[in-house]
Amino acid sequence: MKVVLENLTKKYPNRNKKEGGEVVAVDGFNFEIPDGKLIGLLGPSGCGKSTTLNLISGLEAPTEGKIYFGGDDVTDLPPENRGVGLVFQNYALYPHLTVRKNIRFPLENLKKGEKMTNEEMDAKALEAAKLVQIDEYMERKPSELSGGQQQRVAIARALVKIPRVLLLDEPLSNLDARLRLQTREEIRRIQKETGVTTIFVTHDQEEAMSISDMIVVMKKGVIQQIGKPQEVYDNPVNLFVAKFLGTPPINVFEGKVRDGKVWVGPDAILDAHGVPDKDVWVGIRPEGVIPDPTGPLKMKLLNIETMGRDTSVVCKDEAQTGDSLRFIIASDAKIDRKSKTVNFNVKPYKAFLFDKETEERIKIK
Amino acid sequence: MQNGKNYKAWLYLLPAIAFIGVFMIYPLIDVLIYSFEEGFNFASQSFFGTGGYNYSYVLHDPYFLQAVKNTFILVIITVPLSTGIALLISVGLNSVKKFKEFFQTVFFLPYVTNTLAVGLVFMILFKKTAYSDGLINLLITAFGGSAVDFIDGPYWAKMFVLCFYTIWVVMPFKILILTSALSSVDEMYYKAAKVDGTSKWRIFTRITLPMISPMIFYLVITGFIGAFKAYSDVVAIFGTNLNAAGMNTIVGYIYDMLYGNSGGYPSYASAAAIILFAIVLTITVINLLISKKNVKA
Repeated sequence: MKVVLENLTKKYPNRNKKEGGEVVAVDGFNFEIPDGKLIGLLGPSGCGKSTTLNLISGLEAPTEGKIYFGGDDVTDLPPENRGVGLVFQNYALYPHLTVRKNIRFPLENLKKGEKMTNEEMDAKALEAAKLVQIDEYMERKPSELSGGQQQRVAIARALVKIPRVLLLDEPLSNLDARLRLQTREEIRRIQKETGVTTIFVTHDQEEAMSISDMIVVMKKGVIQQIGKPQEVYDNPVNLFVAKFLGTPPINVFEGKVRDGKVWVGPDAILDAHGVPDKDVWVGIRPEGVIPDPTGPLKMKLLNIETMGRDTSVVCKDEAQTGDSLRFIIASDAKIDRKSKTVNFNVKPYKAFLFDKETEERIKIK
Repeated sequence: MQNGKNYKAWLYLLPAIAFIGVFMIYPLIDVLIYSFEEGFNFASQSFFGTGGYNYSYVLHDPYFLQAVKNTFILVIITVPLSTGIALLISVGLNSVKKFKEFFQTVFFLPYVTNTLAVGLVFMILFKKTAYSDGLINLLITAFGGSAVDFIDGPYWAKMFVLCFYTIWVVMPFKILILTSALSSVDEMYYKAAKVDGTSKWRIFTRITLPMISPMIFYLVITGFIGAFKAYSDVVAIFGTNLNAAGMNTIVGYIYDMLYGNSGGYPSYASAAAIILFAIVLTITVINLLISKKNVKA
């Protein structure tokens, strides 16, 4: 089911009564989610991503704008008539009901005409449980399950009515690191098997990048960029997106463009033909450098950490922003560990320029 | 565990154990002994013999049987009704947005009011005097009914006043417990139910009720125990001559046997106390057994 958001806006009255006015949680969203895709809504906390999810689910009504599922305008429909499945951050499993009854619960609510027999409901519940591989535990209470298992039950409950859209609110945040990795693959698998259009909210960029078909990066209720994860990573539209994606994070320097060259401190690190002279932020991805004793980017060498596959080089530079600079190079790359300084060549496609004032991307032709 | 530590643990427990022993365990055992000593006399500390006569006397005493009947009627009517009404009011309070705290305070006020003072108010509402028929009777006659003497009149009228009064007095505590139980149910369950298209009634019966069921059972058990021990409320409305009014309760009977006009019979009082204890224990055990089966959260 294609989901279209049209100029979607949600304003709340300001909690701080003295300040008054309104807080805009979601500001004029326009985007289209193609049928059967997995979409990650990504942003720091308080950026309006959960509100967006609530608006799509119908738990909250938008101040302005429209929501379409396929061709249908669902803006004014209550949640139960939208055909959405929602998985909550804390799963919201009913603690007094067994797994079977939890999964069956949405089916038992069906109105006349759609009513199922007991056997049908049990069959459907079992089918959903098998899909998420929780069918061994049908008679257990949620408290007797691990976090990951509870998560699966919650997904099964959301899927049992075969929703048009599946919504997941921070689905992995309550799991430990190992389970998180496993569960995100699981979510991907379930989504592919059912083909349900799925939207999930996360503040963890790695999570979003690893399983989404598309990511939507948000900041303070405004969409910053929409695209395939790798495209957004390789082509951030502004400094915020560049900083938000990637671990370790992008290295940002204060720099300037003079005479078609990008300068960081005294070093002219890149060509920048056609860019007028101005002050800029220079972002270089950690993997965007090659050690070269004659390379233009010269920095103080603080530490070299070798971690199996690759080596991370911790440096310092006067023009840096943030606490430290970290670059990832191949572990077989030659680098003089005893030297106090290190020189790099910069890969042009891994370095981005951003306007000092607007923080918008300046493309180098 | 090491013996030394054990000894220390008992030492720390000693004050509490001594207190409970002297003021609870010893009197309990003493009451049990009294109840088997026939014709015990406080003054001479003597008795005629031992045996079950005290029980036999009490169980054949029409006043005691009346007291048991009154107590049971009171328990059976007031406990379910008060819990049910308290639940209704709490659910109502929970859905009110404006003035919620104000209403909560209003509903809690009777709890801090003295039982006897409230009893007086009820007297004024219900009692027929030479000057007035009481407020309730004025209302009844205004609507074309005939006045009833609620305090000295027919049994059902007196029972009605007593039940009404008891429900009114126990309500605030139950509302307090239930409103806090209701607000402790996580909002996300309601959201989840809403997305699943659950009707309001089903949300209440399938989610809210099971989640607050431990608190409801707590209220039912303490309600039963409290109603079985009813005494001061009855005195507040009907005065101290309860046997004559036919409104005595089991505790009232025990008191009368000890200190009342017919007082000075500690053996009978003890036997009645033990019977009351047995009744309360049985009911509580049954309650606990049922709750174990049904309280799931």
